Amino acid sequence: MGTESAGPVPGGAMITGILDYDAGNLTSVQNALDHLGEKWLVSSDPAALARADRLLVPGDGHAQTCMENLRSQGLDQLLADFLQQGRPILGICVGSQIVLERSDEGPCACLGLVPGSCHRLPGGGGLKVPHMGWNEVSLTDPAHPLVRGIPNRSSFYFVHSFYTAPAPGVSVLGTTDHGISFTVGFVHGSLATWQFHPEKSGPVGLKLVENFLKWRP
Amino acid sequence: MLQKRVIVCLDVRDGKTVKSVKFVDTKELGDPVEMAELYYRQGVDELVFYDITASAENRSILIDVVRRVAQKIFIPFCVGGGIKTAEDIRQVILAGAEKVSLNSQAVLNPELIRQGARLYGSQSIVLAIDALADPAMPSGYRVVINGGRTPTNLDALEWARQGQGLGAGEIVLNSIDADGTKAGYDLVLTRLISQALPIPVVASGGAGTPEHLRAVLQEGKADAALVASMVHYGTYTVAGIKASLSEAGVTVRRDYLDA
Repeated sequence: MGTESAGPVPGGAMITGILDYDAGNLTSVQNALDHLGEKWLVSSDPAALARADRLLVPGDGHAQTCMENLRSQGLDQLLADFLQQGRPILGICVGSQIVLERSDEGPCACLGLVPGSCHRLPGGGGLKVPHMGWNEVSLTDPAHPLVRGIPNRSSFYFVHSFYTAPAPGVSVLGTTDHGISFTVGFVHGSLATWQFHPEKSGPVGLKLVENFLKWRP
Repeated sequence: MLQKRVIVCLDVRDGKTVKSVKFVDTKELGDPVEMAELYYRQGVDELVFYDITASAENRSILIDVVRRVAQKIFIPFCVGGGIKTAEDIRQVILAGAEKVSLNSQAVLNPELIRQGARLYGSQSIVLAIDALADPAMPSGYRVVINGGRTPTNLDALEWARQGQGLGAGEIVLNSIDADGTKAGYDLVLTRLISQALPIPVVASGGAGTPEHLRAVLQEGKADAALVASMVHYGTYTVAGIKASLSEAGVTVRRDYLDA
């Protein structure tokens, strides 16, 4: 931790900062950006990441551990600054949960960048938790630039036990079903999230990442 | 609704995909990276690479395959074979695999499951179980290791439960009796384990036709079905299998964009 490593050729073009806060493997996100020809920088240093044009917040694991790591590295303030300045942020998986106010995983207080909270999937009735595998997503706002070119009810790859419940008024991008219907993506200012892993969801997933790279909120 | 997954398994030896019946390999089938790309374009939901070399000196060849696959296909994949230590798990995950599969080594050293789950989360740790029908065991199935050659004292259901308790996030359940027969999966075994555990179960061994997959996904209650020779020789394509499953009322992923 604490080291900075640059992606292919950091030049004058746009660059995506990937937050490295000890919350899972970053290889697949890096590979997806390489595939799309995007320059990236992986770092846990807020000063280095502040130079990026947009931020990607991946995350696997426990919300509380993720929050502790983010705070101890000063990355919570970096994200707040980006949002305040209207610079794009994409939260993926646990990265989509910790931007809310709190999570039942812990339970713990989260970043509070977006009103809402995060709860455990009820499961039961033969439904397994974690919700792991491919599931269809109903697009709530098919005209949104973040989902341009994505057919409604496309399938994406999920691995999670907790789901996001943004407060009323937050713009929901899509929902899915696993016993209950829940939000799998939302937009709040320059911050967008996906609960599933777009970087592991085949061509439609890559298209979503590409849409984020082109997004000008 | 969560979809049933079709998973293709590739046995890799010295950087090549090989045909392996009951762990005796005979011939090379091709480049695993090219084959992975083909199945990706056909809409496979996940891939498993099984290293049957599993010798220390050839480990770097496998890691290189994993790295190249991760650069070209953007779906989850799992790597198994010869993973003995937390460091082995780390290498495979850092090369870009989503999951590692532990089999004999987990029996010999169950702590490895816990270590792996602690490092990368339960979703990354798959417990592969080779099960042999044996009326002397409480569940009717005995765990065997070393590619089916060495019987253990473990009951298959009990071991699956233990593995889940230690942190495994998924079970790949291979029927040694059905493996290589192309006569269908062991539905009794699969249903037994899948209904008893709160984590996904992948059925393995015996696939010969799309109907076999339908049966194990519906009647066998499997969350996913693993195939190998059905697609390696071009008898079926992944897309064809999934179309058959969909027609039979199995919920599968079909709406992918062109890769």
